[in-house]
Amino acid sequence: MYRPGAYVVTERAVEVENLVKRYPKSQANAVDGISFSVPVGEIFGLLGPNGAGKTTTVGVLTTRVKPTSGCALVGEVDVTLDPVTARSMLAVVPQRNNLDRALSIRDNLLFHAAYHGVPRPEAKARAAQLLDQFGLADRAASKPEFVSGGQAQRIMIARALMHSPMTLFLDEPSTGLDPAARLFVWERVRALRERGVTIVLTTHDMDEAAELSDRVGIMDHGKLLALDTPKSLTRALPGSQTLDVTVELAGGDLAQAVKAFQMLEGVENVETVDDDTSEGCLRTRLYVSGEASTLLVPVTKVVTDHQMNLTDARIGKPTLEDVFISLTGKALR
Amino acid sequence: MSAPVDRQRPRVGRAFWAVLYRDLYVTSKELPTFLAQVILQPLFLLFVFGRILTDLGYAQEGYAELLFPGLVGLTAVVTGLQSSAFPLVIDFAYTKEIEDRLLAPMPTALVAVEKIVYAALRALVASALMLPIGVLILGSIPWRPGAAPLFILMVILGSLVGSAMGLLMGTSVPANRINIVFSLVFTPLLFTGASQYPWPSLDGMRWFQVITTLNPLTYVSEGMRAALVPEVPHMPPVLCVGMLVFAITVIGWAGMRGFRRRALD
Repeated sequence: MYRPGAYVVTERAVEVENLVKRYPKSQANAVDGISFSVPVGEIFGLLGPNGAGKTTTVGVLTTRVKPTSGCALVGEVDVTLDPVTARSMLAVVPQRNNLDRALSIRDNLLFHAAYHGVPRPEAKARAAQLLDQFGLADRAASKPEFVSGGQAQRIMIARALMHSPMTLFLDEPSTGLDPAARLFVWERVRALRERGVTIVLTTHDMDEAAELSDRVGIMDHGKLLALDTPKSLTRALPGSQTLDVTVELAGGDLAQAVKAFQMLEGVENVETVDDDTSEGCLRTRLYVSGEASTLLVPVTKVVTDHQMNLTDARIGKPTLEDVFISLTGKALR
Repeated sequence: MSAPVDRQRPRVGRAFWAVLYRDLYVTSKELPTFLAQVILQPLFLLFVFGRILTDLGYAQEGYAELLFPGLVGLTAVVTGLQSSAFPLVIDFAYTKEIEDRLLAPMPTALVAVEKIVYAALRALVASALMLPIGVLILGSIPWRPGAAPLFILMVILGSLVGSAMGLLMGTSVPANRINIVFSLVFTPLLFTGASQYPWPSLDGMRWFQVITTLNPLTYVSEGMRAALVPEVPHMPPVLCVGMLVFAITVIGWAGMRGFRRRALD
């Protein structure tokens, strides 16, 4: 994954070892002993539901959260021992708009550069360039008070780039954005990778993780459950197709039905998905080795034989969500 | 953006100045608001207590002379406190604007120091403005040759102790309680600080005299009187300076700790 670029100084942009974070008064560890490393120039995605520990992990890496134990390095600098140097090498785009409302959009960029010691003329030139690139030039003089979520996100990314960070942390970059704004963010992120900037992003959106990331770490309950390229993660799942079967129980016995599904030819594995959809309905996912469509008739028969009603059947390819389901037994959303 | 990044140690001093400059820049953009904020309160206090009450004969002749130094001290402490406490509460609770500065390449404690320095600068300006306001409202203000060094020292110490108190309050009080805490702290602070009466004159009211020693403002007011109206009985200036340095150190340390707790999870 090594990509030559302007910032190549170290091989590893991020390294986390046995990281644990337990917040005071909390029963469980928010981050529970995770380890991973991100090579320079990679887009690394942390995928997991809300509360999985992704934001806390990024919080530690960006010097805002003190780890309970373990080690976190950014650009080979220990973020706990030397947060000041670490901060000079990284940038953060937070989930929430934290733009300086007392400053204009341009001044948000310029002051950020000043905090990081970027010489004034250089900062001005870079701000002009970024404002232009991000389609903010015509609003540069106005305050960021009434900007939309997508625009705030753009401004925050532009701000983060003002001091040429080696590693950029994006916390839920497209949460709450409309599809166009989301695509824009994705494009910018890819363009940055081309320049050799390492990107660490958190997301609960499997499409985003799959589309954008070179490698994905799947997190749940503070643990890192799997880490690989999106392709390898889905390939590791049994079967080449999936068949989602949603049934209305109506007094039938699901456990028996699942057993019957497993007996069907071509079914590699069956999982019950715990996603609180409409009441009384349950979703099971069949991983199929051959053509999933050939199973529609036998599956329908099993369902009716077990006194249940089939409400939905869907054929798909295994996605990161399936990986998540197979790892945790529950749906991502 | 493709400029190579230098890997030398970040320049902390530059970051500090940039963060301070940000606050000064924002203040300069809203100068009228700033002036109204800092002038209004001492203006009214001086007008009502120094002018109206004496003109109407409810206060003795010469009360304005003894009140003025106290009000300069009060202005320094209160302005410092308000300038650091309020923005911090709003920042940490709602806007999170400060986050970008917390990620500047400088120690977190220095961001807290900047807050104290900035608030103290505001307090210095407000205290300095008290001189022309005093002349305007009272006709003349107590001043004597040689008053300047102790007066300036007291303004600086008063501004710093107020700002440190603001840092402690702003970081230790949750946003939803700030109203209650402010009214519970503010009113006693205003009236137990020997601003409106000389501390030694409380000899006959021992319990209240003891209470006033807990308020740092008392030492500012008394030190101001030592500088401007030394003929009025007052605490020894050395004691005032010592107590204020002690208060700034202890309160500043506690405020810095509170700031770190709010800034880091």
